[in-house]
Amino acid sequence: MLSIKNLHASIEGTPILKGINLEIKAGEVHAIMGPNGSGKSTLASVLAGREEYEVTEGEVTFKGKDLLELSPEDRAREGVFLAFQYPVEIPGVSTTNFLRTAVNQVREYRGQEALDAVKFLSLMKEKMKLVEIDQKLMSRALNEGFSGGEKKRNEIFQMAMLEPTLSVLDETDSGLDIDALRIVSNGVNKLKSKDNATVVVTHYQRLLDYIVPDFVHVLYKGQIVKSGTKELAMELEEKGYDWIKAEVDGASV
Amino acid sequence: MTTLTHNKITGSILDLAKAQTSFGTLRQSAIKFIEENGLPAQKAEEYKFTPIVKKLESKLSNFHLAAATSISQSDVEQAMIPGLEADVLVFDNGHFSPALSSYTQDNYTVSLFSELDEQGQSTIGQVAKIEKDPFTALNSAIFADGISIEVQKNKAVTKPIVFMHFMQANQGDIIAPRIYIHGAEGTEASFLEQIISTDDKAYFFNPVVEVKVERNAHLRYYKLQDENPEALGVNNLEADIHRDATFTTVTLSLRGDMLRNNLNLNLLDSGCEGNMYGLYLLGETTHVDNHTNVDHTMPHSESNELYKGILADKSRGVFNGKIFVRQDAQKTNAFQQNNNILLSNEAIINTKPQLEIWADDVKCSHGCTTGQLDEEALFYLQARGIGKDQAKALLLYAFAGEVMDHIKIDVLKEHFIGLVQARLEKF
Repeated sequence: MLSIKNLHASIEGTPILKGINLEIKAGEVHAIMGPNGSGKSTLASVLAGREEYEVTEGEVTFKGKDLLELSPEDRAREGVFLAFQYPVEIPGVSTTNFLRTAVNQVREYRGQEALDAVKFLSLMKEKMKLVEIDQKLMSRALNEGFSGGEKKRNEIFQMAMLEPTLSVLDETDSGLDIDALRIVSNGVNKLKSKDNATVVVTHYQRLLDYIVPDFVHVLYKGQIVKSGTKELAMELEEKGYDWIKAEVDGASV
Repeated sequence: MTTLTHNKITGSILDLAKAQTSFGTLRQSAIKFIEENGLPAQKAEEYKFTPIVKKLESKLSNFHLAAATSISQSDVEQAMIPGLEADVLVFDNGHFSPALSSYTQDNYTVSLFSELDEQGQSTIGQVAKIEKDPFTALNSAIFADGISIEVQKNKAVTKPIVFMHFMQANQGDIIAPRIYIHGAEGTEASFLEQIISTDDKAYFFNPVVEVKVERNAHLRYYKLQDENPEALGVNNLEADIHRDATFTTVTLSLRGDMLRNNLNLNLLDSGCEGNMYGLYLLGETTHVDNHTNVDHTMPHSESNELYKGILADKSRGVFNGKIFVRQDAQKTNAFQQNNNILLSNEAIINTKPQLEIWADDVKCSHGCTTGQLDEEALFYLQARGIGKDQAKALLLYAFAGEVMDHIKIDVLKEHFIGLVQARLEKF
């Protein structure tokens, strides 16, 4: 589904990603872990099409298409979803209106009929249950004054509404208490199917108790330096990142 | 103090004024004012960002009042806001045209100034004083005739009254209508001013609208400026607001060459309220200057002011908000806000709050902000599948839409919102 080959990216001339290779197939859950500053969020941002990052080398294909050629909105319409680490507060735009615009633009791109108000509302009700999100938030301005947990829940709710084939969760767990973490993870798990894939970017192993990955990759200094199964995450939890750093830094000397 | 000077056009204006024979007293004082002070030169403080005299000199050739043109009934119909049930007063180059107008006079009357008795005529110029602004003086010196609207005591005019101004330079470039509105005690009425350019030629629109809002009367004044790219204007609106009365204005400015709006609200007694709302969405080289002034003179009065602007290309906006709170005006509440988004490096906004407070027990707040479109918010919307242009329009509307909430006539509100959205999509 997603194939990343030798991906290099920089921001304002500073290289961050230095040759990422990753293959993701439908039905899989991949966790990307790594110490702070290793390039985890950059990878998520590059996949979603954030303009500040410049891809200097390499390629990314998604369902056979050159992802890097597409605008951020077309990536979303093709089925890529980025759950933001810091969801943006947008005063003056109601959550419901925003979602209806988004859902219908995505549907139009996919050749589906636009949803009328009634159908949209019933879809919304159905998906709201998934993430146990309060109806009251829907009539408020998008993310404005939402608590940290509400913002993250709202991300997963949007994911449920847009039905992506590839979801990238950028540190969705950071700042969440256990309760919120459980709710958010439940939502993600319920949305999982054999046709879609999930990339979980996280600093903490804790999330992976709830969203169990098929593969774990460790990102360090802009490269994937180690891949394994969920046991790798356990090992990281126990031993920290220092041993990996030592391994990599030692090898490169 | 304002620096004024004599210049090329002052002489022409004075010749024009001296040829008018009607409304002698007002006209003589206006002529005297202009003879003594001239029109504002480049360095005049109040016109420092809006060199309108220079524009007039360079763009206009014929300093005469424009004659009526050949506006037809179908022009009027075309200009009507769809679905708006309204009484329409048509002005052809500033000259009131009863033939083209359609109005019921339910609970109000319309009279030409020239039909008023001496006492009626003496009220003209009592609210919009010539010494307030040289362009109020200019209008007072040269206007040909005007209309007086009298809203009857304790009556509500249910349909809005539309002033539909058609503009076309014709044997003269100056269009100087004059309107006097008297909202007697306990009245309610809404007005809409529409300015329609009938071709692409330059003209100078210099209206004076004076409004007397008597005890417990509630009047609203909406204004739509969507003129041709050559249009010049100095618009003067002044209101005297009496005890427990309210006066509210909403101004939407979209296009023109250089447009200046002088808006003066005088809060003359306790319990009265003055509200000024404005939205300017500017592109190309359009220049819009909103100069507002609210004067709190007695205890317990309130003013609310919100102006928002989005400026693209090489457009320029000016906002100047004066609030006076006189010594007697204890317990005044005065709020002022001006927010701007600049969409290009070449767009300019000059914003200046000016508060003079002589009373010591008042609540006054003001704030102005200038920023760019929030790129992070734009990316967030795009990342959810919303196209860039639409995402941009959505964010800009989220910024600007608040001003539209102050339009209390649904059909009019929808029409204004439609104009705003269409304009935003072009940014």
